[in-house]
Amino acid sequence: MNVQTYIIVSLVKIVLTIFILLTAVAYSVWLERKVVGHMQNRWGPTRVGPFGLLQPLADGLKFIFKEDLTPPHVYKPLYIAAPMLAVVFALTSISVIPIGNAITVGKFSTPLQITDVNIGLLVVLGITSLGVYGVALAGWSSNSKYSLLGGLRASAQMVSYEISLGLSLIGVLILSGSLSLREIVLAQQGTYFGFIPRWFFFQGQCFAFFVYLTSAYAETNRIPFDLPEAETELVAGYHTEYSSMKFAMFFMAEYANMITVACLATILFFGGWLGPMFGPAWLQQTVLPVLYFIAKVFVFIFVYIWVRGTLPRFRYDQLMAFGWKYLLPLAIANLVITALIVALRS
Amino acid sequence: MQPVATTFFFYFLSAVTVISGLLVITRRNAVHSALALILALIGQAGLYLMLYAPFVAGVQIILYAGGIMVLFLFVIMLVSIEQSLKEEQFSKLWVVGLVSALALGGLFVAVYLKGKGIFPERVMIPPETSNTQEIANYLYGNYMFAFEIASLLLLVAIIGAVVMAKKRI
Repeated sequence: MNVQTYIIVSLVKIVLTIFILLTAVAYSVWLERKVVGHMQNRWGPTRVGPFGLLQPLADGLKFIFKEDLTPPHVYKPLYIAAPMLAVVFALTSISVIPIGNAITVGKFSTPLQITDVNIGLLVVLGITSLGVYGVALAGWSSNSKYSLLGGLRASAQMVSYEISLGLSLIGVLILSGSLSLREIVLAQQGTYFGFIPRWFFFQGQCFAFFVYLTSAYAETNRIPFDLPEAETELVAGYHTEYSSMKFAMFFMAEYANMITVACLATILFFGGWLGPMFGPAWLQQTVLPVLYFIAKVFVFIFVYIWVRGTLPRFRYDQLMAFGWKYLLPLAIANLVITALIVALRS
Repeated sequence: MQPVATTFFFYFLSAVTVISGLLVITRRNAVHSALALILALIGQAGLYLMLYAPFVAGVQIILYAGGIMVLFLFVIMLVSIEQSLKEEQFSKLWVVGLVSALALGGLFVAVYLKGKGIFPERVMIPPETSNTQEIANYLYGNYMFAFEIASLLLLVAIIGAVVMAKKRI
């Protein structure tokens, strides 16, 4: 493949990915409002379109046309840059995530992801670890105490939980022997006894999965770990001073991060796009894998919303104690045991 | 695929690193300095990538740009900006600093001009696909002892920090 075709193909894939991701973000907001509504014996959005399906569109229009208020006491350059940083890092981390087998048209073949790098997992972790700057800088540049406290909480929480998040993934890395997300998925092929898939979750990484999911909730600032924006104490936390599209950017970043986390959980613990295969070759090669992937990601998004509708918020000291005293030792124990088993087997 | 425009990327990343490195020491506002330092670290990670060391680049971003600098920023955000703006920015030792910087620069120039024979002619480029595995082999094979010494040092530092921070243990 020469450079021109490579650039064109990459551009097409980038545009498509961003379009799909933003649509997914809009409809996970819709899904959340709908599901939480039904959990609380309400209807959720019903007015705009059938089942309120056009609600995200209406929300988007509302965000665009609202007055973009910049309070006079903020530090302007960083105040404007912070939401952009948040949304840029949230959208970038999806770029290495593979959603299916490579597409082949005649001689031409391209993987179903923007770029296939062999340190994919490190790239995702690196970009998500940079994502904290959006929140931290928003808190600082707003020059208000609620925002600052929200930003501080967010950075402390994200740094603490990042450690357990990273450690929980090492068990998977030991089993798969690769940092490339595509190879991690391919290492989970096959079944036990013909019906239990050899996903890493069933290969003994269930504790790691629990640690991963919990730290991921904390990383994305979702209930029960949404201390940075705890409205009973901090008004709205780091985005107190933001309005209109700038606020919407933080919102988009949060949901895009949720989707990235769900994609990673699918790839690392639940076999990515693998699943029972049937039908003709084109179905097996292209359509079914993508469908399986989307279905698994959907399940995780649903669990996210379910948890939000069920659990109350932690207290701040509980949050820190839980992260450092329970999740971190559990992740380390999982790592040691996995390493021991793999060492004894070889 | 062959790498393209390597010269451009090298000079671009070097410029980013050097300029933001200068900004770190010249900005009065400590938050700006921290942000410039983050940019310098990211530029450095890009340079590592160009040296075919993707693992080092990734770890650089995760640890330095994403971990340590967050803690830096965390502390700086609590410092009163108005007060720190009034304080003197550079200490009186700048003459000493200038002399040592010039000496180091002179050393670099001398090595660049005279020391052609010191460096190997061709750099061995490990295959891109197994770069991480190579690093693991070196760390846990050839340099196991040094690696463990470093981790022991870190452990001592962690315990020391806990002992100093807690009044009653």
